[in-house]
Amino acid sequence: MGIPNLWRTKGQRYSLAGEICPSCSQHIFPPRDVCPHCAKPAGPIHTLSGRGEVYSYTTMYNVPQGFQEQSPYTVALVKLEEGPMVTAQLTDVENEEVAIGMKVEMVTRKLREESEEGQIVYGYKFRPRLTEAA
Amino acid sequence: MFNQPNRAVGIVGYGAYVPRFRLPGSEISRVWTEGNSRSPIREKAVPGKDEDTATMSIEAARNALARAQIDPQLLRAVWVGSESHPYAVKPTGTIVAEAIGATPVTLAADWQFACKAGTEATQAAIGFVGSGMGDYALSIGMDTAQGRPGDALEYTAGAGGAAYIIGPAEQACALIQRTGSYVSDTTDFWRRPTTHYPSHAERFSGDPGYFGHVVPAAAALMAEMGTTPADYRYVVFHQPNAKFPTRALEQLGFTKEQWQTGLLVREIGNTYAGAAMIGLTAVLDVAAPGDRILMVSYGSGAGSDGFDLLATDKITEVQTRAPSTRSYIERRVQIDYAQYVRMRRKLATH
Repeated sequence: MGIPNLWRTKGQRYSLAGEICPSCSQHIFPPRDVCPHCAKPAGPIHTLSGRGEVYSYTTMYNVPQGFQEQSPYTVALVKLEEGPMVTAQLTDVENEEVAIGMKVEMVTRKLREESEEGQIVYGYKFRPRLTEAA
Repeated sequence: MFNQPNRAVGIVGYGAYVPRFRLPGSEISRVWTEGNSRSPIREKAVPGKDEDTATMSIEAARNALARAQIDPQLLRAVWVGSESHPYAVKPTGTIVAEAIGATPVTLAADWQFACKAGTEATQAAIGFVGSGMGDYALSIGMDTAQGRPGDALEYTAGAGGAAYIIGPAEQACALIQRTGSYVSDTTDFWRRPTTHYPSHAERFSGDPGYFGHVVPAAAALMAEMGTTPADYRYVVFHQPNAKFPTRALEQLGFTKEQWQTGLLVREIGNTYAGAAMIGLTAVLDVAAPGDRILMVSYGSGAGSDGFDLLATDKITEVQTRAPSTRSYIERRVQIDYAQYVRMRRKLATH
C-alpha cells in the first residue's frame, strides 16, 4: 500500500472513522461516496464506538508478506455495536482463548512495517474489553 | 522558581498505559549470570510485537480524554516526550493527534530529554494553557526502553507511561500549584543518533546524576511553597530502580506511606519518560479531594522537574471513567527470555 492510499485511509484505520447515512441513518464503514444500504449519497464522517463482538475468526500461521513479524495471529470478523462488520486482527489475547461472541474493543496498533527504512503502518485491531465501561 | 501562569491551571484528565507482557528479572539473571545476579526489580513490562511509543501514547491519551470528557478538537497541543519515538524524523505527536481526533488545529511535536521528556512537555503545556493560548494541551511521557543484552540496565528497561490533559483550574481534578526545574550539563546516560542501545556512566548515574538533581529540585520547590514532607499525602519520584527514589525520599524526610502508592518500578520496570508520570496516575487513581502530592521527575543529561499538586473535589468522579493504572499492571502475561528476544527484535535472522 502506497503513501497516498495510507494517507487517504488514516482516519478509518486509526480510529474507525465511518459515516452515518443522512438518508437511511445506517452506520457505514469504511466511509464511501454512496450508502450501500439505500444507494443515496453517504456521509458525514462519524467515528464508531469501537465496541463489538467476534462474529467469527481464524488463526493464521502462514501469513502474507509483511506480517511475519506478528505471526501467528487471529483474524476476526467483528460485528460492531453500530452494525457494520469489520475484518481485523485480534491482539492482547491468546489465540486459543478467542471465542465467537467475545466482547471486544478497538485499539490502534502497528499493523506492519514496510521495511527497515520504510514507513510504519498503524491501524485498528480488537482486543477483549478491559472493562465493561470501556 | 518560575512565575505563576497568567491563569491557574490543573490536570483535567489523565490516563495510563502499560503493555501486558512481563519479563521477570530472574530470567535475565538466568541467561546472563547463571542466576547469580540479583535483579534490582521483580519484573518489567515489555511491549507486544504490535506496540510502540505511538500506539501506547494513543491509548493513554484516549484514557485521559475519557476522564476529561472534552472534545479532542479543543486540544491545542499534543506533545509526546520519549526516548523511543518510532521515527527519528517524523513526529509521534501527529500520529497520536490524528488517532485521537485532535487534528488539524493543534500543535504536535516530540520532546526529548531522556526520562524527563514527558514532564518537560507538561511544563510547556502549563505555560501554553496558563498564558491563554489554548484551553487544553495534552502532554505525554511514554517509552519502550531498550537495554543492551547482558547490561545492568536490561533488568529495568521497561515500557509504559501516562498522558495528562492540562486545562483551566476550575475544571481540574488536580490543581497545579507550583512547578520548578533544576538542570545541568551532566553526562550520565546517553545514546548517539545511529546507535540502538544507550550507554551509561555506571555509578555516576546516581550522584551527581539522579541525586544531584532530584533532591535539590524537590527541596527548592518545598522551600518556595513553605512546605515540609509532612504536608504531602503522596510523593512520586522518578524511579529507574527502587533504590534511588527510596534513598532520595528518605534523605528528604518522606515516609514509605507517602511513596509506596506511586512506586511502580518493581512491577513494571523503569518506564523512562513515563516513570514519574505513571507513578502519578497510580496516585491520582486513589487520591481523595484535598490530598497534596509532590512529583519530581529526572532525566539524564540532566535535570528534574518538580510539581506541587492538590487533588480537587472532581478527582473522585474522574477516577472510574477509564481503566486504572493498577488494572493495567495486573493485566499480566509472563514471558521468558526467548520470547523477549523475539518481541524486542534482538534476534539476528540473517
